[in-house]
Amino acid sequence: MNQKIRVLLAKPGLDGHDRGIKVIAAAFRDAGMEVIYSGLRQTPAMIVDAAIQEDVDAIGVSILSGAHMTLFPAVLDEMKARGADDIILFGGGIIPDDDKTELEKMGVARIFTPGAPTEEAIAFLREAVASKKSDEKMM
Amino acid sequence: MAILDRFFEGDIRALGRIISHIEDRADGYRDLLGVLYEKSGKSIRIGITGPPGAGKSTIVNGLAHRYLNDGKRVGVVAVDPTSPFTGGALLGDRVRMNEFPAGGEFYFRSMATRGATGGLAAATGNVTVALDAFGFDITLIETVGVGQVELDIIDACDTVVVTVVPESGDAVQTMKAGLMEIADVFAVNKSDRPGADRLAMDLRQTLQTKPSEKDAWKIPIISTVAVDAKNIDLLGEKVDEHIEFIKRSGQFDLHRREQIKKKILSILKNQFQREFLERLGAEIDFEEIVDRIMKGQTNPFKVGDELYASFSRS
Repeated sequence: MNQKIRVLLAKPGLDGHDRGIKVIAAAFRDAGMEVIYSGLRQTPAMIVDAAIQEDVDAIGVSILSGAHMTLFPAVLDEMKARGADDIILFGGGIIPDDDKTELEKMGVARIFTPGAPTEEAIAFLREAVASKKSDEKMM
Repeated sequence: MAILDRFFEGDIRALGRIISHIEDRADGYRDLLGVLYEKSGKSIRIGITGPPGAGKSTIVNGLAHRYLNDGKRVGVVAVDPTSPFTGGALLGDRVRMNEFPAGGEFYFRSMATRGATGGLAAATGNVTVALDAFGFDITLIETVGVGQVELDIIDACDTVVVTVVPESGDAVQTMKAGLMEIADVFAVNKSDRPGADRLAMDLRQTLQTKPSEKDAWKIPIISTVAVDAKNIDLLGEKVDEHIEFIKRSGQFDLHRREQIKKKILSILKNQFQREFLERLGAEIDFEEIVDRIMKGQTNPFKVGDELYASFSRS
């Protein structure tokens, strides 16, 4: 048996700055994870759709446009609507501390801001996935 | 409700979970596959292969839209490489997929090779069984970017599209064994670039000089520009024609029968190896055997015979 951490990385909205998310993608890949990169200009519905199809453990969203207080809640709502709110949602971007606290209260598991070392994100994800267990029966 | 029951009710989340279970070879995955297998056999499986960056994903995107417009349900498995060093993977084929319906008529799954070297993952064939049982009419299977000999796709699908680009080489390249021989349809993609006509002509000549029977399938060579959707419909038509052709000629069934035989043999091989290691694995001192081989005292063939003999006696 061979269980890998699968993580979807996506950029919602009209923000085209993808340097940060590509750095994270490479770091997760080098940490032995399977990273599904779905690219730019994704709607919250597209992101959650992809997460369900790919059966990921976590969704990582990068927002550098300032629209984080709109987009994160929209992704969370979509996850709830699709019964996928057991998937871990985390994110990164230029996000003020107050907003960060509020987003983490809403259900975003963790927000990483500029300067956060990639090791921190890797450690967070490993721990978050390990503590998540499903007891659903297959057949 | 068990995940499998939700699967048969058309729940996409359950499909995703079941595919992971198969990929991970988690407990009971073989029993699960047995149930799914008996519900499968209706989906048409189309393989898309070719070198890295040739446009396979973009072609998959185009073909998927064409089948969806036809009212078909489409499942996609796209394979990308696993790192031999870290075990990680960057699965980027989704980037080329756009504007797909969110209902149950389309499903896209990225898969990492996880150590397999034939252009697919070891579990890709099993995953297509799940897609088939779920009810997709068409399954598109995209290989990793391949060279000349990663040809597992032949055993995983009914028809193969080989994608090449003007940079793929000269006439001698088109004559080489391997990848160039497995196409049922060729796509010369990025055909707006210099050298595309030349490559198409070289391919045509190579195919013409190959002896074939009178009623054999004539392999079409379609010049495409996948990013502009140019000739993607034509490519799709040729794929459909090939499927119809092999169904009429009986090759479709013959090919599937061959695949089933290979599947049984591969299950046997895995089972034998597992049983062998379970029964004798603890007793065999591989390091000591390797020492003796390296000293020239014995050889791997002799060791194999001896181990097999002790397995038969045990």
